[in-house]
Amino acid sequence: MAWLRWALARIGSALLVAWVVATVVFFALRAAGGDPTEAILGGPGSQAGPEAVAAARAEYGLDRPLVVQYLTQLWRVLTFDLGDSYARRVPVGDLLAEQLPGTFLLAVLALVLAWVLALAVATAAVGARGPVGRACAAVLRGVEVVAAVVPHFWLGAVLILVFSTTLGWFPATSSGSDPAGLVLPTVTLAVPVAGFLGQLIRDAVLEAETAPFAVTARARGGSAVGVLWRHSLRHGVLPAVALSGWAFGSLLSGAVVVETLFGRPGLGRLLLDATLSRDVPVVIGAVLVVALAYVVVMLVVDLLERVLDPRVPEVVA
Amino acid sequence: MTGRVSTALSTAVVALIAVAVVWPGLLAPGDPTAVDPLSAFASPGPGHWLGADESGRDLWTRVVHGAAASVGIGAAATGIGVGAGLVLGLAAGLGPRWLDAAVGRVIEVLFALPTLVLALLLVAVQGAGVRSSVLAVGAATAPGYARILRARVRTVAASGYVEAARLEGHGRVRVVVRHVLPNTLWPLVSVATLGIGQAVVWVCALSFLGLGALPPSPEWGAMLNAGRLYLDSAWWLTVVPGTAITLTAAALTVLGRRIGRVSA
Repeated sequence: MAWLRWALARIGSALLVAWVVATVVFFALRAAGGDPTEAILGGPGSQAGPEAVAAARAEYGLDRPLVVQYLTQLWRVLTFDLGDSYARRVPVGDLLAEQLPGTFLLAVLALVLAWVLALAVATAAVGARGPVGRACAAVLRGVEVVAAVVPHFWLGAVLILVFSTTLGWFPATSSGSDPAGLVLPTVTLAVPVAGFLGQLIRDAVLEAETAPFAVTARARGGSAVGVLWRHSLRHGVLPAVALSGWAFGSLLSGAVVVETLFGRPGLGRLLLDATLSRDVPVVIGAVLVVALAYVVVMLVVDLLERVLDPRVPEVVA
Repeated sequence: MTGRVSTALSTAVVALIAVAVVWPGLLAPGDPTAVDPLSAFASPGPGHWLGADESGRDLWTRVVHGAAASVGIGAAATGIGVGAGLVLGLAAGLGPRWLDAAVGRVIEVLFALPTLVLALLLVAVQGAGVRSSVLAVGAATAPGYARILRARVRTVAASGYVEAARLEGHGRVRVVVRHVLPNTLWPLVSVATLGIGQAVVWVCALSFLGLGALPPSPEWGAMLNAGRLYLDSAWWLTVVPGTAITLTAAALTVLGRRIGRVSA
């Protein structure tokens, strides 16, 4: 029963996100001025005749009142019918379905790599002993700060320079699921998130190491490594898990830049191209997909927190 | 110890950037747009110590003169974001309960849209350009500020001294202006310092994508955009402005955290 309420609340919040996003996007793009028929007929320079404009307006329902257009758009979103792209004349759903797997693969790989790097750095910093170890930990802390703010476009360019142009280990362009081509884009996306998560995990683990439960576990004869892995780390990853939804969003932001830099087709590139050509249905579709991906990731985060943290009640009614 | 070193380094970097913004001629007396075909693609070395671009323009001069554009745009965007966040946060924190619920919900939903996606959406609305990239980055970062401020306003409004002021019979406006605002705004200095660093990165990302300042301008993102074409032959065209952006963002982040720790 409680589970049902929880599931309903989640579905409700997903619907709310979809509604607000669709509404904001629809009215924002209309408020911008500029006639969508221009985009349909090939941009401002197309010099289409009045008959062609009228035909296009009728075809896409642009001659109907704004309210009708808005309700039509909402109904379409609800039924996952996103209409046709103005510029490419193919269903938006097909375009998105074509580009989504590539971006999703990249984002998931980058999130996994970011977690591995962050955990490695955080445990190394916590386990550091002696003056040399502590100096290394201090350097690592500086690296984390820089990593957390390094812009994707710069990191990607430097990686291309070093590993592609100079060393020739990996190609500078990437497409599909070719493993060699995926390496540089994945690292580019992962490093900033790893820096951010690493700081969070390290601070939380350091705090947990002195918490009563860790002291008790050590007093009972638990080894330092065992206590770290079984108790402190479990406690320490919680804030990072909670912010993984945000991290996933930042990966999708980064995907726009990284896909452009590495010439890799994907959702980010599609959104950028649609933005430049004011292809309204594609922009709405892409933004909606990103928002729903966030809702899904937050759902997973919610479940994970329940597994990791015994204090969070099984179900929040 | 390391904290003090990184704070000192960051302060030095921020001071250098501030000089470049206010008085670029002091650091680089030349003209950032002066073309010199003879030194086109000159690699870093004597004459052009950071190299020269495809038209022979000196990179050091361009980076120094570009600071005003990049940091200025980033600061303007942060101003818009903090301003919008302040209005939303105050409305939610001090207004009636229904307003708080509505604003809270909208902020939550806007969080579903990553910053750059939201900024792209706003650029699609307004068309590309410097002004629209300022507005886009400002509006895209507003939900984050609004959330922080709302929480802060709630804490301050529920505190003992505000209650005491109210019990003394001061009016609502006076309590807000004299007590709530000052105690809400001080932590904002730290958040805004961090925010300018982030905003510079977002603004440069937009011009890198060709949606903000355009290439002849020495704005850092625009320089990256122009240099991208020569990535495998003239690396300095990408590395130099990119390093400027990274250094600015890192220094402002370290300083912002430091201020945050002092004020906490």
